[in-house]
Amino acid sequence: MDFVNQLQRKFIDYSSSLHREGIVDDQFTQLRKLEDENSPHFVMEVASLFFEDCEKLINNMAIALEQKQGVDFKQIDECIHQLKGSSSSIGALRVKNACIAFRSFSDGQNREGCLRCLQQLSHEYSLLKNKLQTLFRLEKQIVAAGGSIPRVH
Amino acid sequence: MEVAGEVLASESQLHVLAVDDSHVDRKVIEKLLKISSCKVTTVESGARALQFLGLDEEKGSLGFNGLKVNLIMTDYSMPGMTGYELLKKIKRSSAFREIPVVIMSSENILTRIDSCLEEGAEEFLVKPVKLSDVKRVMSDCIMRGETEGNNRRRVDKRKFEDDNHASSSSSSSSSIPSSPSSPLPSSPSTAATSSPLHSLKRPKLRDHN
Repeated sequence: MDFVNQLQRKFIDYSSSLHREGIVDDQFTQLRKLEDENSPHFVMEVASLFFEDCEKLINNMAIALEQKQGVDFKQIDECIHQLKGSSSSIGALRVKNACIAFRSFSDGQNREGCLRCLQQLSHEYSLLKNKLQTLFRLEKQIVAAGGSIPRVH
Repeated sequence: MEVAGEVLASESQLHVLAVDDSHVDRKVIEKLLKISSCKVTTVESGARALQFLGLDEEKGSLGFNGLKVNLIMTDYSMPGMTGYELLKKIKRSSAFREIPVVIMSSENILTRIDSCLEEGAEEFLVKPVKLSDVKRVMSDCIMRGETEGNNRRRVDKRKFEDDNHASSSSSSSSSIPSSPSSPLPSSPSTAATSSPLHSLKRPKLRDHN
Protein backbone atom coordinates (compact mmCIF):
# COMPACT_ATOMS: atom_id res chain seq x y z
CA MET A 1 0.00 0.00 0.00
CA ASP A 2 2.94 2.30 0.63
CA PHE A 3 3.99 1.82 -2.96
CA VAL A 4 0.56 2.87 -4.18
CA ASN A 5 0.66 5.94 -1.95
CA GLN A 6 4.01 6.89 -3.37
CA LEU A 7 2.70 6.57 -6.90
CA GLN A 8 -0.36 8.57 -6.02
CA ARG A 9 1.78 11.30 -4.48
CA LYS A 10 3.92 11.37 -7.59
CA PHE A 11 0.79 11.59 -9.70
CA ILE A 12 -0.59 14.50 -7.71
CA ASP A 13 2.70 16.38 -7.85
CA TYR A 14 3.13 15.82 -11.56
CA SER A 15 -0.43 16.78 -12.28
CA SER A 16 -0.05 19.99 -10.27
CA SER A 17 3.07 20.88 -12.20
CA LEU A 18 1.18 20.58 -15.48
CA HIS A 19 -1.31 23.11 -14.23
CA ARG A 20 1.38 25.40 -12.86
CA GLU A 21 3.24 25.37 -16.15
CA GLY A 22 0.07 26.20 -18.02
CA ILE A 23 0.24 22.99 -20.02
CA VAL A 24 -3.32 22.21 -18.99
CA ASP A 25 -6.07 24.37 -17.53
CA ASP A 26 -9.27 23.99 -15.57
CA GLN A 27 -11.05 22.19 -18.40
CA PHE A 28 -8.60 19.30 -17.94
CA THR A 29 -9.60 19.17 -14.28
CA GLN A 30 -13.26 19.18 -15.30
CA LEU A 31 -12.65 16.13 -17.50
CA ARG A 32 -10.85 14.38 -14.64
CA LYS A 33 -13.91 14.85 -12.49
CA LEU A 34 -15.92 12.87 -15.04
CA GLU A 35 -13.84 9.76 -14.39
CA ASP A 36 -15.12 7.06 -12.10
CA GLU A 37 -14.75 3.33 -11.48
CA ASN A 38 -16.64 2.58 -14.69
CA SER A 39 -14.40 4.78 -16.84
CA PRO A 40 -11.15 5.29 -14.94
CA HIS A 41 -9.18 6.21 -18.05
CA PHE A 42 -11.61 8.59 -19.72
CA VAL A 43 -9.11 11.45 -19.88
CA MET A 44 -6.50 9.18 -21.42
CA GLU A 45 -9.01 8.13 -24.08
CA VAL A 46 -9.96 11.70 -24.92
CA ALA A 47 -6.28 12.63 -25.04
CA SER A 48 -5.49 9.91 -27.55
CA LEU A 49 -8.27 11.17 -29.82
CA PHE A 50 -6.84 14.63 -29.40
CA PHE A 51 -3.33 13.48 -30.32
CA GLU A 52 -4.69 11.90 -33.50
CA ASP A 53 -6.50 15.12 -34.40
CA CYS A 54 -3.45 17.25 -33.70
CA GLU A 55 -1.10 15.17 -35.74
CA LYS A 56 -3.46 15.10 -38.69
CA LEU A 57 -4.13 18.83 -38.60
CA ILE A 58 -0.50 19.84 -38.09
CA ASN A 59 0.44 17.60 -40.99
CA ASN A 60 -2.26 19.09 -43.22
CA MET A 61 -1.11 22.59 -42.40
CA ALA A 62 2.52 21.73 -43.12
CA ILE A 63 1.52 20.41 -46.53
CA ALA A 64 -0.65 23.43 -47.25
CA LEU A 65 2.18 25.80 -46.38
CA GLU A 66 4.52 23.91 -48.68
CA GLN A 67 2.42 24.53 -51.77
CA LYS A 68 4.57 26.49 -54.22
CA GLN A 69 1.66 27.52 -56.38
CA GLY A 70 -0.03 29.29 -53.51
CA VAL A 71 -1.00 28.65 -49.93
CA ASP A 72 -4.64 27.89 -49.24
CA PHE A 73 -5.04 30.10 -46.19
CA LYS A 74 -8.69 29.21 -45.93
CA GLN A 75 -7.73 25.60 -45.34
CA ILE A 76 -5.12 26.66 -42.79
CA ASP A 77 -7.71 28.74 -41.02
CA GLU A 78 -10.10 25.80 -40.93
CA CYS A 79 -7.38 23.57 -39.43
CA ILE A 80 -6.54 26.16 -36.79
CA HIS A 81 -10.21 26.50 -35.92
CA GLN A 82 -10.58 22.75 -35.41
CA LEU A 83 -7.41 22.49 -33.40
CA LYS A 84 -8.34 25.44 -31.24
CA GLY A 85 -11.69 23.80 -30.59
CA SER A 86 -10.32 20.41 -29.54
CA SER A 87 -7.50 21.85 -27.48
CA SER A 88 -10.02 23.99 -25.67
CA SER A 89 -12.25 20.98 -25.03
CA ILE A 90 -9.46 18.95 -23.48
CA GLY A 91 -7.90 21.86 -21.61
CA ALA A 92 -4.63 21.96 -23.54
CA LEU A 93 -3.98 25.59 -22.73
CA ARG A 94 -0.66 26.22 -24.41
CA VAL A 95 -1.70 24.46 -27.59
CA LYS A 96 -4.87 26.54 -27.62
CA ASN A 97 -2.92 29.76 -27.17
CA ALA A 98 -0.55 28.77 -29.95
CA CYS A 99 -3.60 28.38 -32.19
CA ILE A 100 -4.85 31.83 -31.29
CA ALA A 101 -1.50 33.37 -32.19
CA PHE A 102 -1.42 31.34 -35.38
CA ARG A 103 -4.79 32.66 -36.44
CA SER A 104 -3.61 36.23 -36.72
CA PHE A 105 -0.84 35.24 -39.14
CA SER A 106 -3.19 33.10 -41.14
CA ASP A 107 -5.68 35.98 -41.30
CA GLY A 108 -2.88 38.19 -42.52
CA GLN A 109 -2.01 35.55 -45.14
CA ASN A 110 1.56 35.71 -43.92
CA ARG A 111 3.30 32.52 -45.00
CA GLU A 112 6.53 33.12 -43.08
CA GLY A 113 4.60 33.98 -39.97
CA CYS A 114 2.50 30.87 -40.40
CA LEU A 115 5.56 28.67 -40.74
CA ARG A 116 6.93 30.05 -37.48
CA CYS A 117 3.58 29.54 -35.79
CA LEU A 118 3.34 26.00 -37.04
CA GLN A 119 6.75 25.30 -35.56
CA GLN A 120 5.65 26.77 -32.25
CA LEU A 121 2.44 24.77 -32.38
CA SER A 122 4.33 21.53 -33.06
CA HIS A 123 6.60 22.28 -30.16
CA GLU A 124 3.71 22.86 -27.78
CA TYR A 125 2.01 19.73 -29.01
CA SER A 126 5.13 17.58 -28.44
CA LEU A 127 5.54 19.01 -24.99
CA LEU A 128 1.92 18.29 -24.13
CA LYS A 129 2.04 14.79 -25.52
CA ASN A 130 5.22 13.88 -23.63
CA LYS A 131 3.95 15.23 -20.37
CA LEU A 132 0.52 13.67 -20.65
CA GLN A 133 2.02 10.33 -21.59
CA THR A 134 4.15 10.49 -18.45
CA LEU A 135 1.06 11.27 -16.43
CA PHE A 136 -0.91 8.45 -18.03
CA ARG A 137 1.93 5.99 -17.36
CA LEU A 138 1.68 6.87 -13.69
CA GLU A 139 -2.05 6.46 -13.91
CA LYS A 140 -1.75 2.97 -15.33
CA GLN A 141 0.82 2.02 -12.72
CA ILE A 142 -1.49 3.13 -9.94
CA VAL A 143 -4.41 1.13 -11.31
CA ALA A 144 -2.19 -1.91 -11.93
CA ALA A 145 -1.02 -1.73 -8.32
CA GLY A 146 -4.63 -1.81 -7.20
CA GLY A 147 -4.88 1.86 -6.29
CA SER A 148 -7.25 4.54 -7.47
CA ILE A 149 -6.34 7.65 -9.39
CA PRO A 150 -6.42 10.71 -7.12
CA ARG A 151 -9.02 13.11 -8.42
CA VAL A 152 -9.03 15.87 -5.88
CA HIS A 153 -6.13 18.29 -5.72
CA MET B 1 -50.40 2.62 -28.75
CA GLU B 2 -46.81 3.24 -27.83
CA VAL B 3 -44.21 0.56 -28.18
CA ALA B 4 -42.92 -0.50 -24.75
CA GLY B 5 -39.36 0.43 -25.57
CA GLU B 6 -40.38 3.91 -26.62
CA VAL B 7 -42.37 4.45 -23.44
CA LEU B 8 -39.45 3.36 -21.28
CA ALA B 9 -36.97 5.51 -23.15
CA SER B 10 -39.05 8.65 -23.06
CA GLU B 11 -40.25 8.28 -19.49
CA SER B 12 -37.22 7.09 -17.62
CA GLN B 13 -34.36 8.69 -19.50
CA LEU B 14 -33.95 11.60 -21.84
CA HIS B 15 -32.58 10.51 -25.19
CA VAL B 16 -30.20 13.11 -26.52
CA LEU B 17 -28.87 13.32 -30.06
CA ALA B 18 -25.49 15.08 -30.04
CA VAL B 19 -24.08 16.41 -33.30
CA ASP B 20 -20.46 17.50 -33.65
CA ASP B 21 -17.80 17.05 -36.32
CA SER B 22 -15.03 16.92 -33.69
CA HIS B 23 -14.29 13.46 -32.38
CA VAL B 24 -12.90 14.90 -29.15
CA ASP B 25 -16.04 16.95 -28.57
CA ARG B 26 -18.34 14.02 -29.33
CA LYS B 27 -16.55 11.94 -26.74
CA VAL B 28 -16.76 14.69 -24.14
CA ILE B 29 -20.41 15.55 -24.70
CA GLU B 30 -21.33 11.86 -24.67
CA LYS B 31 -19.69 11.50 -21.27
CA LEU B 32 -21.32 14.63 -19.87
CA LEU B 33 -24.72 13.39 -20.99
CA LYS B 34 -24.25 9.84 -19.71
CA ILE B 35 -23.21 11.18 -16.33
CA SER B 36 -26.40 13.21 -16.39
CA SER B 37 -28.33 9.95 -16.85
CA CYS B 38 -29.23 10.44 -20.49
CA LYS B 39 -29.28 8.00 -23.31
CA VAL B 40 -26.93 9.38 -25.97
CA THR B 41 -26.54 9.02 -29.69
CA THR B 42 -23.66 10.93 -31.27
CA VAL B 43 -23.36 11.73 -34.96
CA GLU B 44 -20.73 13.65 -36.85
CA SER B 45 -22.82 15.86 -39.11
CA GLY B 46 -26.14 17.56 -39.65
CA ALA B 47 -26.87 15.21 -42.53
CA ARG B 48 -26.36 12.17 -40.29
CA ALA B 49 -28.53 13.78 -37.63
CA LEU B 50 -31.38 14.21 -40.09
CA GLN B 51 -30.94 10.62 -41.27
CA PHE B 52 -31.12 9.40 -37.70
CA LEU B 53 -34.26 11.37 -37.04
CA GLY B 54 -35.77 10.03 -40.20
CA LEU B 55 -35.86 13.33 -42.03
CA ASP B 56 -33.73 11.96 -44.82
CA GLU B 57 -35.56 12.92 -48.03
CA GLU B 58 -34.15 9.93 -49.86
CA LYS B 59 -35.60 7.42 -47.46
CA GLY B 60 -39.04 8.99 -47.29
CA SER B 61 -40.65 10.66 -44.31
CA LEU B 62 -39.97 8.34 -41.39
CA GLY B 63 -36.90 6.19 -41.64
CA PHE B 64 -35.29 4.19 -38.86
CA ASN B 65 -35.94 5.55 -35.42
CA GLY B 66 -36.24 3.03 -32.65
CA LEU B 67 -35.93 5.61 -29.90
CA LYS B 68 -37.68 8.94 -29.63
CA VAL B 69 -35.23 11.86 -29.39
CA ASN B 70 -35.99 14.24 -26.53
CA LEU B 71 -33.26 16.79 -27.11
CA ILE B 72 -30.75 17.71 -29.79
CA MET B 73 -27.43 19.30 -28.94
CA THR B 74 -25.47 20.47 -31.93
CA ASP B 75 -22.20 22.22 -32.63
CA TYR B 76 -22.57 25.43 -34.60
CA SER B 77 -19.59 25.34 -36.98
CA MET B 78 -19.57 22.14 -38.93
CA PRO B 79 -18.54 21.55 -42.53
CA GLY B 80 -21.44 20.98 -44.90
CA MET B 81 -24.54 21.75 -42.87
CA THR B 82 -23.94 24.11 -39.95
CA GLY B 83 -25.72 23.68 -36.62
CA TYR B 84 -27.77 26.73 -37.49
CA GLU B 85 -28.95 25.14 -40.74
CA LEU B 86 -29.75 21.93 -38.88
CA LEU B 87 -31.72 23.94 -36.32
CA LYS B 88 -33.77 25.57 -39.06
CA LYS B 89 -34.53 22.26 -40.76
CA ILE B 90 -35.71 20.76 -37.49
CA LYS B 91 -37.85 23.74 -36.52
CA ARG B 92 -39.44 23.80 -39.96
CA SER B 93 -40.38 20.13 -39.84
CA SER B 94 -43.81 19.36 -38.47
CA ALA B 95 -42.66 16.05 -37.08
CA PHE B 96 -39.66 17.34 -35.14
CA ARG B 97 -40.15 21.02 -34.42
CA GLU B 98 -41.13 20.30 -30.81
CA ILE B 99 -37.76 18.75 -30.02
CA PRO B 100 -35.68 21.30 -28.10
CA VAL B 101 -32.40 22.15 -29.82
CA VAL B 102 -29.33 23.46 -28.01
CA ILE B 103 -26.49 25.05 -29.95
CA MET B 104 -22.87 24.76 -28.82
CA SER B 105 -20.19 27.06 -30.13
CA SER B 106 -16.62 27.97 -29.33
CA GLU B 107 -17.37 31.50 -30.47
CA ASN B 108 -19.20 33.92 -28.30
CA ILE B 109 -20.76 36.12 -30.98
CA LEU B 110 -23.90 38.00 -29.96
CA THR B 111 -25.42 38.12 -33.46
CA ARG B 112 -24.89 34.38 -33.76
CA ILE B 113 -26.51 33.76 -30.40
CA ASP B 114 -29.43 35.99 -31.31
CA SER B 115 -30.09 34.35 -34.64
CA CYS B 116 -30.02 30.90 -33.07
CA LEU B 117 -32.43 31.87 -30.33
CA GLU B 118 -34.66 33.54 -32.91
CA GLU B 119 -34.79 30.36 -34.96
CA GLY B 120 -36.01 28.58 -31.86
CA ALA B 121 -32.92 27.23 -30.13
CA GLU B 122 -33.51 26.55 -26.46
CA GLU B 123 -30.06 27.56 -25.40
CA PHE B 124 -26.71 28.59 -26.73
CA LEU B 125 -23.78 27.07 -24.86
CA VAL B 126 -20.29 28.46 -25.19
CA LYS B 127 -17.64 25.77 -25.46
CA PRO B 128 -15.92 24.13 -23.74
CA VAL B 129 -19.13 22.66 -22.41
CA LYS B 130 -19.04 21.80 -18.72
CA LEU B 131 -21.07 19.41 -16.63
CA SER B 132 -22.89 22.35 -15.02
CA ASP B 133 -24.03 23.50 -18.50
CA VAL B 134 -25.43 20.06 -19.31
CA LYS B 135 -27.15 19.79 -15.94
CA ARG B 136 -28.75 23.18 -16.45
CA VAL B 137 -29.99 22.18 -19.91
CA MET B 138 -31.41 18.93 -18.48
CA SER B 139 -33.24 20.64 -15.67
CA ASP B 140 -34.61 23.28 -18.09
CA CYS B 141 -35.86 20.45 -20.31
CA ILE B 142 -37.50 18.67 -17.44
CA MET B 143 -38.91 21.90 -16.01
CA ARG B 144 -40.28 22.74 -19.44
CA GLY B 145 -42.18 19.46 -19.40
CA GLU B 146 -43.38 20.12 -15.84
CA THR B 147 -44.29 23.74 -16.60
CA GLU B 148 -46.50 22.67 -19.47
CA GLY B 149 -48.16 20.13 -17.22
CA ASN B 150 -48.51 22.60 -14.35
CA ASN B 151 -49.97 25.29 -16.55
CA ARG B 152 -52.73 22.94 -17.55
CA ARG B 153 -53.28 21.92 -13.92
CA ARG B 154 -53.11 25.53 -12.78
CA VAL B 155 -55.80 26.63 -15.19
CA ASP B 156 -58.03 23.70 -14.23
CA LYS B 157 -57.66 24.29 -10.52
CA ARG B 158 -58.41 27.98 -10.88
CA LYS B 159 -61.58 27.12 -12.72
CA PHE B 160 -62.53 24.77 -9.92
CA GLU B 161 -61.93 27.46 -7.29
CA ASP B 162 -63.96 30.05 -9.20
CA ASP B 163 -66.84 27.64 -9.40
CA ASN B 164 -66.68 27.00 -5.68
CA HIS B 165 -66.41 30.65 -4.68
CA ALA B 166 -69.97 31.33 -5.60
CA SER B 167 -71.22 28.71 -3.16
CA SER B 168 -68.84 29.98 -0.42
CA SER B 169 -67.73 26.49 0.38
CA SER B 170 -64.78 25.89 2.59
CA SER B 171 -62.64 24.68 -0.22
CA SER B 172 -59.06 25.18 0.81
CA SER B 173 -57.40 28.11 -0.83
CA SER B 174 -54.11 26.31 -0.72
CA SER B 175 -51.52 27.64 -3.09
CA ILE B 176 -51.43 26.06 -6.47
CA PRO B 177 -48.40 23.82 -6.82
CA SER B 178 -45.97 25.25 -9.30
CA SER B 179 -42.72 23.86 -10.66
CA PRO B 180 -40.41 23.33 -7.72
CA SER B 181 -37.55 25.47 -8.90
CA SER B 182 -39.33 27.92 -11.14
CA PRO B 183 -37.83 31.38 -10.80
CA LEU B 184 -40.81 32.97 -12.53
CA PRO B 185 -43.98 34.20 -10.90
CA SER B 186 -46.66 31.80 -12.02
CA SER B 187 -49.06 33.22 -14.51
CA PRO B 188 -51.82 31.23 -16.10
CA SER B 189 -51.43 33.00 -19.39
CA THR B 190 -47.80 32.05 -19.70
CA ALA B 191 -47.62 29.20 -22.13
CA ALA B 192 -44.46 27.18 -21.86
CA THR B 193 -43.33 28.02 -25.34
CA SER B 194 -43.51 31.77 -24.85
CA SER B 195 -42.05 31.69 -21.36
CA PRO B 196 -39.39 34.35 -20.94
CA LEU B 197 -37.21 31.65 -19.51
CA HIS B 198 -36.93 30.02 -22.89
CA SER B 199 -37.32 32.56 -25.63
CA LEU B 200 -35.23 35.39 -24.25
CA LYS B 201 -32.67 33.31 -22.50
CA ARG B 202 -29.22 34.74 -22.58
CA PRO B 203 -26.43 32.24 -22.16
CA LYS B 204 -23.91 32.77 -19.44
CA LEU B 205 -21.28 34.75 -21.24
CA ARG B 206 -18.04 33.66 -19.77
CA ASP B 207 -14.64 34.97 -20.62
CA HIS B 208 -13.35 32.90 -23.51
CA ASN B 209 -10.64 33.65 -26.00
